[in-house]
This record gives sequence, structure tokens and C-alpha cells, in this order.
Amino acid sequence: MRGLLALVAALLLALPALATEPSEVLPDPALETRAREIGRALRCVVCQNQSIDDSSAEVARDMRRVVRERVVAGDSNQAVFDFMVARYGDYVLLKPPFRAGTLVLWLGAPLVLLLAGGALFLAARRRKPVAAPQPLDAEERRRLDALLKG
Amino acid sequence: MRRALFILPLLTILLMAGFFAWSLTSGRDPASIGSVLVGRPAPKLDLPALRPGEPALTDAALRTGKPVVVNFFASWCTPCLAEHPLFTRLAEREGAVIVGVAWKNKRDDALAWLKKLGDPYKLAGLDLDGRTGIDWGLSGVPETYLVDGQGIVRRHFRGPITERDLNDTILPFLKGAAK
Repeated sequence: MRGLLALVAALLLALPALATEPSEVLPDPALETRAREIGRALRCVVCQNQSIDDSSAEVARDMRRVVRERVVAGDSNQAVFDFMVARYGDYVLLKPPFRAGTLVLWLGAPLVLLLAGGALFLAARRRKPVAAPQPLDAEERRRLDALLKG
Repeated sequence: MRRALFILPLLTILLMAGFFAWSLTSGRDPASIGSVLVGRPAPKLDLPALRPGEPALTDAALRTGKPVVVNFFASWCTPCLAEHPLFTRLAEREGAVIVGVAWKNKRDDALAWLKKLGDPYKLAGLDLDGRTGIDWGLSGVPETYLVDGQGIVRRHFRGPITERDLNDTILPFLKGAAK
């Protein structure tokens, strides 16, 4: 039992393996943190839905290196994103920008929710209220009493 | 009004079926990431020559007034092997100017590969660490760019070119731009 607990504790301590290799890590921890942050928001161009920070693809490694190169050169996070977008387009951003071409992406789901919610609301209002139960008349009361007395 | 509501599921199915049919037949590739380079000046090119003794490969090669085909390749890449004969044909029969960039390839490996298969490249550079590839928006090899005489990128093929690309796009481009 104790062994099992120790195993569980050890597994909880284990962190998911990161694609970033030790040789890539910048000596300055502040810059490295920023590079990581940027890397998590950039999409690996050959793996559809992985960030370059998570991917071990060749191109992802190159992109991580370029991100570090830009960060060391003094670029702001936005400048690094702009640098990548200039080469790979909006596709490299895991969070797509809000513009005419991406309107459906951003507003589609809330719009459907609003429409469906509105339709439900209207349907609920239009439904006729259920009539309140009528009080028993004398005859019904007499039969009920007879049944209850059994 | 009631009746109209019953048609809604049918309408939804038809709409979806229409979308699927279009997806299957239109040749749309959902995995395609497109290219932002098309219509813009070709990115910087400043690479050591692949073949020993030649001058370095610079973007001057892309601004000669003649259209140029730029091809990123590697000896370890199987699709590159598949498209290679098309470039050989383009160079030998059509006299196209093809600039080759060996991407993440050891020089000796790339040279041996070209020696075995034939070398269609008028100029060739070596991008050992893939840094130039990033500037070109490269996602892997092979990728091919059509650059016009003014140095503007006109087409970007991701993946190997096919006989159809050659006949339908590359040859008309070279002929059109040469005028």
C-alpha cells in the first residue's frame, strides 16, 4: 500500500515531457520564460494543432530557435508574432486575430447560441398556459369520499 | 409555420451533404496552410554555395529580369526524389533557371544525391540550419517557388510538384514571364 502511494506521488510529481531541448534554453531565465510564452502561442506549421513549444518537428525546432533569436535581439512579444505572421501568415497564431476573414470563427458559436436561445424563449412564451385544476363538484367529492373510506 | 419547422432537419441534412460534396470535389485541402509570400518580394537569400568553388547564393540571382524557379530539397527526402525528374526535364528541355537550396542536408550527401540523379540547378545554396527556410515560410521539403523577373513570388508549392503542376502552372508561368 505504501509502495503504491509512493508511486502515485512520484507520478504526480512528473511533469509532461517538453519538446524544448536543453541545448535550446536561453541562459537568461526571464528571456527564456518569454520565449516559452511566445512558443506556446505559435502553431507548428506541420502538425495542425500543436504549439511549437510542444512539437518535436524539425520546423518547430527551427521556429523555437528563431523566437529565441528575436527575443535576445530585443524584440517585444508582438514583434516576434509579427515576424512569424509575415512568413507563415495568420495560420501560425493559435489564437486567430479578430478581422473580417475570421468573423465567422469568432462570432459563429455565440450567434448560434443567441438564435437558439431566442427561438426557445419565443416558443416558451407562445405556449398556452396550462389551465388551473377545477375544484371538485359535489358528485366527485362524494365518490372520492366513498373511495377513501373504502 | 408548424409545417415549415418539420422541413428544418431535412434542410440541415441537405446543407451538410452539399458542403461535404463540395469538400470532396472542389480539391479543397483543409490541411493546406496557404502562403503569404505570393505577391510579395522574395525573401532574403544569402547562403554558401552547395557546390565547392562557386560564389555564394544571394538574392541577386532572383532579380535578373528572368523568371526563376526556387526549389528547396534534401537528399534524405523521398518526395524530393519523386519530383526530381521534373526539374531535370524543366532545366534540360525548357531551359528554365532553377535555383536549388539544400535544406538541412550535409553538403556531401546533397552533392552525392545530385551526382547520382543529375543536377538541374543553375545555382545552388546550402541552408544547413534551416534559418533561411524560416524566412521563406518553409514548412518542410520539398517546396517550390516561382519568382518573376522583378523578384516577386508568384506561386508557392508546398510538397512535391507534379507533372500537372509543371504543365498547367510552371511552364505557362515561365513562358508568360519571359515575354
